[in-house]
Order: sequence, then structure tokens, then C-alpha cells
Amino acid sequence: MSDRSFTPAFISFKALSGWLRALAQKATVHAPRREGRAVVYRELGDGQGLESFLRPTESAKHVLFPRSEALFSFQRQGEAAGAASGKIRLQEPEGEGPAIIFGALSCDARGFLSFDPVYDGCGTAQAVGGIAKDPYYLRRRANTSIIVRACKSALNTCFCHWVGGGPASTEGADLLATDLEGGLLLSPCSEAGAALLEHPDCVPALPEQIAAAAALHAAAERSLGEAPPAGELAASRAALLALFENSEFWQRQSAQCLSCGACTYLCPTCYCFNITDESNGIAGARLRSWDSCMSALFTLEASGHNPRAAKAARLKNRVGHKFSYYPAIHEGRFSCCGCGRCIKSCPSSVDIRKIVLAAIKEAAHV
Amino acid sequence: MSKAQSAAQSAAGTAPGKGPGPGARPAFAGDLPNPYLPMPATVIEVINESPSIKTFRLVLNDERAMRDFHFEPGQVGQLSMFGVGESTFVINSPPTRKDYLQFSVMKAGENTAALHGLSAGDTVGVRAPLGNFFPYESMKGKDIVFIGGGIGMAPLRTLLLFMLDTRKDYGRIRLLYGARSPQDMAFSAELPDWLVRGDLETVLTIDREAEGWEHKVGLIPNVLLEMAPAPENCVAVTCGPPIMIKFTLQALEKLGFAPEQIVTTLEKRMKCGIGICGRCNIGDKYVCVDGPVFTLAQLKGMPNEL
Repeated sequence: MSDRSFTPAFISFKALSGWLRALAQKATVHAPRREGRAVVYRELGDGQGLESFLRPTESAKHVLFPRSEALFSFQRQGEAAGAASGKIRLQEPEGEGPAIIFGALSCDARGFLSFDPVYDGCGTAQAVGGIAKDPYYLRRRANTSIIVRACKSALNTCFCHWVGGGPASTEGADLLATDLEGGLLLSPCSEAGAALLEHPDCVPALPEQIAAAAALHAAAERSLGEAPPAGELAASRAALLALFENSEFWQRQSAQCLSCGACTYLCPTCYCFNITDESNGIAGARLRSWDSCMSALFTLEASGHNPRAAKAARLKNRVGHKFSYYPAIHEGRFSCCGCGRCIKSCPSSVDIRKIVLAAIKEAAHV
Repeated sequence: MSKAQSAAQSAAGTAPGKGPGPGARPAFAGDLPNPYLPMPATVIEVINESPSIKTFRLVLNDERAMRDFHFEPGQVGQLSMFGVGESTFVINSPPTRKDYLQFSVMKAGENTAALHGLSAGDTVGVRAPLGNFFPYESMKGKDIVFIGGGIGMAPLRTLLLFMLDTRKDYGRIRLLYGARSPQDMAFSAELPDWLVRGDLETVLTIDREAEGWEHKVGLIPNVLLEMAPAPENCVAVTCGPPIMIKFTLQALEKLGFAPEQIVTTLEKRMKCGIGICGRCNIGDKYVCVDGPVFTLAQLKGMPNEL
């Protein structure tokens, strides 16, 4: 790893689109685009408005974890009589080529870090059956470069700094882009990121540009609200367990919740999925699709029994998973990147920050 | 490090302190086995156990996979009906008998209804073995009492037959098996043998009197209290519907069994079966990988969300 490869570059806004188009020759480039009232990721196209900083309404998780994907397809061979007669041929899909996410937020890049150990089988390390790794996710993960665009300022729903992040955090990023006068400073954070800068329009950055970016990052950090004192949040692990049977607390917290699941679909760290089959009788596919633990169907058993039939039990599980169960399995890390989308997009103003703090406070009184 | 310093460092492209470094990601090798891909298997026999339960004996189509298939008593598998779906069942044949893999399926939903349409020669998909297993090593030298209710007899069958096949390792073995009615009793072809063999004491019970029934009549927990197995050097293994489990656990505790001496096996709605998809958790435990077998002592340490 040479020092030269990690030298920051500068690209003018005028040249930005040309650079990304050049990258798009070798990889599918996903970039934010305004559509109606939302900012969504789309494959690079005309009029994408790349020059201005856009704050994506959705996370970029679908690039590595598609909303729906075929795990395999199947085809019956021989006579097509009964549903199970004849031989069956299974075919795994071909993996996609490389991808680049341009304009991810730093919280989004950090969100993938909470997916990684789950899909890499770290949660199953103790399992008798051995470690099960998810080849679909891991293939995309290895093939995807992430260009983070540093946040200019925080929203009042942002709390990345509670959970170890920041507006210009480079964790999980390959390249950090910072909006300067007339262009972007591109600071490589990995070999893969440095390789993206091999383009004539990416010129070596000037020291004053690097200093200006640092000042902007510091200003963005200052725009974040007060975080709970260091270490206080770690009490959530025990607190959420202590409150598990406090149904009065959870009914209070979930009173407004509509079980719509917007929080889970927009969350960069929610990774739960469903597996279903689609078939015309002869051929079909087994699909994996995003699922939501906010839905009562999520845990409904064939017998009719449902361990989380009440919305209070479901919200408790979502908060518990992120701030207690996941940390218990994965070295104390929260499964939350503090992006605040669940708060911003909740139609009934459920605020996970308030729930976690209330739980810590409530448990301390018991 | 001050915020400004840290910001300056990040602008210059170096890592802030916490967590995995920038660009860090798990390794990926192209030849990673695909845990979602079922192994095709052929049904060699279907047994009608009760109006709602059928037993399927399967052989993996790949001879080598069948020969090398290794599992432990209590481990589960996912059965696929291609085009319908996949659901989880215990492998209820013991690892000591490997001519076929046996699964017993109670018709309850879409996939189980489709499975009930299978006949010999049909193809299904199998993902197995999954999950943990009964702690049979630590049960060696001890008396064992099995308490099974309805389809809950299936996971007990694998351990019961395993212990009968390695009989000298265990003390007195007793079985209490109950169902609503004689017709609801699974494994009826095997019951005559279980009732007469000298190395097993079997008690059968049904909920209400039925014509021609020569065994006990009464709810499982009550019959268990009558049997009154002594807790000393004994392990109780139980599985059945939630209401039966609830009162059976109470009965066992009344008889003096400590939570460590009571083993049960749970079920939850499962999809991936490998600890990823997120729906079968009880707190930080996933029933598909940390279970399905738990001692009552373990369950008492977990959130109450069965």
C-alpha cells in the first residue's frame, strides 16, 4: 500500500459526471436522484443532479441486499404430472458484476458494517452445524465500492455520533467525498477507493482544499445535537432485558406505532428477510425478499400461535435487537447507525432514541 | 484526539479509531457453499400416522451425500416443496439407522398440505442438518424419562431410538406418550414393540375414554404425577403442544426435577434456518442455531417469549 495511492484528489463539479460515467464503464454506479418528494438511489443516468449534495430518503442497502432476489430457480424435468413428480433441476443465479455506490451517507456505509458479521456467519460461530455464510451478500459486498459524501450538517433526527459514527466517518467507506467550492475533495480510504481516482480529471488536491474539507467536517460534527454521556448507552443491553416483561412500558412506547414497517424498510441495519416460492407448476424460483418484524405475520406459526402478536412485542423486539440482542452476539456493537430515518419517516413520530433512553432510565429505577 | 483533528484525519483519508477500518469487509471466496440450496431427495415410503400426520422416509438423490450425511439426534431439516415453500421438521430417525431420513409432518399450513400430497418416488428438497441436538453425552449413565404429546413425539423418537440402539450407556428408560385420541397417536406401528420390549417402560395415555383403548386415560401431566419418576440421577425430555409443556414442566418441578434436568425442544416460524433471517429469535438466541433443544435452566435465563 503506497502513500501515493492514498493521496486525496479533487474533481470539479463540471468533470464529476464524466468521471462517474467512466467508472460506469466497469461497474454499475448507483447514485442518489430526486424523484418527487424522495431522494432514491438509481443507476447513473442523465440529469441526475450529481453536483448538489442529496440526502437519500432510503438507505443504499438494496445494492447489497436487494428488495427481492432469486436464491435459485428450479425446473421440473420429465412428465409434468404431480407437483413433486419427475426430476428437478436447480440453478443458482449468476452473480452481478462490480458496483459502486456514489453519494452514500457515512451512516449508510457504517450500516453495512452491522450486516457484515451476520451474513458472514459470525452469529452462528457456536452453532453445531458450523458457520453458515451467505454467498449472495458476500459476493456483492466484495464487489461493491462505496463513495461516501460527507454530510454538511445534521438534521434533528440524526444521531450517528451516539453509535460511533460522524458526518464524515470513513468506516465502511472506500472513498470520502467532501463538497468544496467548485468540486469535491476525494479522500481515499482503501485500495479500492484509491483505484477509483485513476482518471485524468481527478487531480491532486491542494493542501488548502484538504484543510477546508477538515473544517467542514468539524462544522458538521458541531451541528449534531448533544449525545448521551459516553458509556451511558451501553446500559441499554441490560435495561432492555430487565424491562422485557414490563408490558406497561412497552404499551406506552408503542401506543402510536401503526406497524407500518416504514422504519424497517428504510433502516440501513435492518436485514430480516422472508423466503417464498414462485412457480407456474413446471418452473419457478425461490425468492428472498425484505421482511419486516413490525408485521404480525412475521412470526405467525402455521398452528396459529404467534409469539409476537401484539405490536408492543414487535416494537420491543426491534429495539431490543438493535440495542441489546445484537450487541450481545456481536461484541457490544449496536445494530444501529444513527441515521434517524426511522424517526424522520415514521408517520406517528415513534423515536427510537427516546425509547432507548426511557428504557435505560426506567430500568435504573427498578 | 479532538473532533477537529479527527475530522482532519478523515479528510486526509486515514481511519478514525473505532470499529473495522475503512473499506474493511468480510472475505469472499467464489466456492463458498450455498446454505440455501436444498439437496434433492426421493420419497421412498409414506406412512399415514393419523388423520393429520404423515411420516416420510427420504433418501438423498446424491448417493455420496446420503452416505456421508451426518447428524445428531434432535437436529432438524428444512423440507422443500419446490414452488410452495420450505418448513422445518426434526429428523426423527436416529443417526444409528441411516437407510433413510425420516420426517413426520402435521398438516397445518400450505407447505405441510403440499407435503401431505407426496407419494413414494416423488422429489423433495432437504436442507439438513440444522440446529443443535439433545445432550446425549451428558445423559449417559442416567435414567431417562421421555414425555411426548401429539406430534411432539417426533423429536423424542430420534433420541429414544438412539438410546435403545446404544442401550448400555443409559439407565432406566421410561416413555410417557399421550395424544387426544387413539387415532391421533403417531408411530402406532412401533407402539406394540415399545410396549413389550424389556429395556423400555412405555405408558400410553389419551385425553378421554375411547372404545377398545387398553391404556391410560388422562392428561399427560396428571399421568406423569401418577408415574412419579424419581428425579435422582434422571433427565426428563419433553416435547408437545405449548399447553401440555406448560403443565408438564410444572409437574416435573413438583416431582423435584431441577431445571437443569429438564430438556425440551422448541419450534418457531423459521425461514433461513441458519441464524440470519431474523424471525426465530428469543432475545439473543436463535432457535434455528442455538436451539431447538434447550434445558429448562437455559429457558429460564432467556426472555419469556415462547
